[in-house]
Amino acid sequence: MEQYFQKDIETMPVEKIKELQSAKLVKQVKHVYENVPYYRELMDKKGVRPEDIHGIEDLHKLPFISKSDLRETYPYGMLAVPLSDCVRIHSTSGTTGKRVIAYYTQHDIDLWEDCCARAIVAAGGTKEDVLQVAYGYGLFTGGAGLHGGSHKVGCLTLPMSSGNTERQIQFMMDLKSTIICCTPSYAAYIGETLKEQGYKPEDNSLKSGIFGAEPWTEEMRRDIEKALGIKAYDIYGLTETSGPGVAFECKEQKGMHINEDHFIAEIIDPETGEVLPEGEKGELVFTSLDKEAFPLLRYRTRDICVLSREKCSCGRTFIRMAKPMGRSDDMLIIRGVNVFPSQIETVLLNEGYAPNYRIEVDRVNNTDTLDVYVELLPEQLSDTTEGIVKMEKALSAAITTMLGIRPAVHLVPPKTIVRSEGKAVRVVDKRKLHD
Amino acid sequence: MKIRQLTVFVENKVGYISEITELFAKNNIDMKALSIADTKDFGILRLIVDDPEKALKILKDHGLLGTITEVIGVEIKNSAGELSKALALLAEKGVNVEYLYAFLSGTKESAFVVIKATDNLKAETVLKAAGFKEINGLS
Repeated sequence: MEQYFQKDIETMPVEKIKELQSAKLVKQVKHVYENVPYYRELMDKKGVRPEDIHGIEDLHKLPFISKSDLRETYPYGMLAVPLSDCVRIHSTSGTTGKRVIAYYTQHDIDLWEDCCARAIVAAGGTKEDVLQVAYGYGLFTGGAGLHGGSHKVGCLTLPMSSGNTERQIQFMMDLKSTIICCTPSYAAYIGETLKEQGYKPEDNSLKSGIFGAEPWTEEMRRDIEKALGIKAYDIYGLTETSGPGVAFECKEQKGMHINEDHFIAEIIDPETGEVLPEGEKGELVFTSLDKEAFPLLRYRTRDICVLSREKCSCGRTFIRMAKPMGRSDDMLIIRGVNVFPSQIETVLLNEGYAPNYRIEVDRVNNTDTLDVYVELLPEQLSDTTEGIVKMEKALSAAITTMLGIRPAVHLVPPKTIVRSEGKAVRVVDKRKLHD
Repeated sequence: MKIRQLTVFVENKVGYISEITELFAKNNIDMKALSIADTKDFGILRLIVDDPEKALKILKDHGLLGTITEVIGVEIKNSAGELSKALALLAEKGVNVEYLYAFLSGTKESAFVVIKATDNLKAETVLKAAGFKEINGLS
């Protein structure tokens, strides 16, 4: 039977969820308008006052917040409570520019941990479980979020943090971890290391994994599930809205349920900002309904995805978001074509390669070049150069079919592409150096 | 006539082959013959060693990519025209040679030739029937 962490909320009828969201939104807009001068100015400029917001039907009247607003207001600008009411900060990795600092009151942390606990229970977690947190601890939200959620569920929590793979495996085996939480690329790496150490997938006690914080594909999910002998659940979140747990997957593995009691999700046209109907692909926008310290209204995530209100067999009524196709920050424009690294990864896995790759983009004589470095598996090695060149050509052709532009594919020996223990750096865009 | 060749993928990088030969030296692997096929980006190193399985394991343990390939080894007389005879015979029977390399045997009288044919079995049959001898005492 399906288990829930907060059944009444997670299975609430859709109409009730909307009523709850409307009531919370009216209050939240007032809170932000009164306490965040930067957003008040944005609203004034747009000619919207808190009194104009009567419910979720008025959400579209509010101005958006984008990453550049957060950079502009760094470090305290979006804070909506006195600093003395805050108990913690977290921060983004700053890979796409200046760091963003998010603030939390104790209440904010409680609700965030509830969200993570819902994800853990949806992945089959109970107080009997041994949950290994192999997300980084520290400024990154991954470790803290799942750690807190694990406590709420009552699992025995192993606060491993990321890295030191030998030690991860030792604890996993000796303490019989049943659930592991980390980035998908680190899960794949742990799987690879286990195999190297001679372990079979059935040798560990893991039953499920909760993986997020970076884009990954369905093919990678299947690979991780096979390598670790588990069911792999996706989890979504961003520091700006709290951290992991904004949305989570159930056993159906068909999109992630968004915790709608705390967040309103919208899909907009990234060009015009127009709200798109359910089922259309566009940029995901979140409004935090309960955040006290760092309450972002209509925050543009840059993630491109689709929402679905279709009924889910797990009984949860929360709307589901499809796995993002990639952040628009990750999107490369090569020779005028939009390229997501996840598309290249899909081809690699379909063609029987391991998802260990590096994409290099450069500009030579004013033309963009795309080089894809892929690790060869031992069983793929040919004894002739023609054999290798043929494989490179076949892979290049398969990627061309997917992207519409032709890459130069280079097969390289195993372990030559740097492995990550946190977020994978798979793209090197050398063009930026010439700008 | 079948012998086991160690095939190694090598990157076009300073010191890459030296890393391999050093590993073999340290682990007492004796190399009998070596040939390399190269492109701009990478190369394929082909080796005849005294213990290919052990050598492969050593490479693998050090993150290098290798495999064992079956090739055929033929002993030919160390005199003008002998290799030509063998190759003419294969051509006549329609056997395509993918690659070959040769090395001297311990004696002055004969040389060893390693052949990888599209159809190794047929090449072996043809050469045996013509009286060519297989290589002994390599591993």
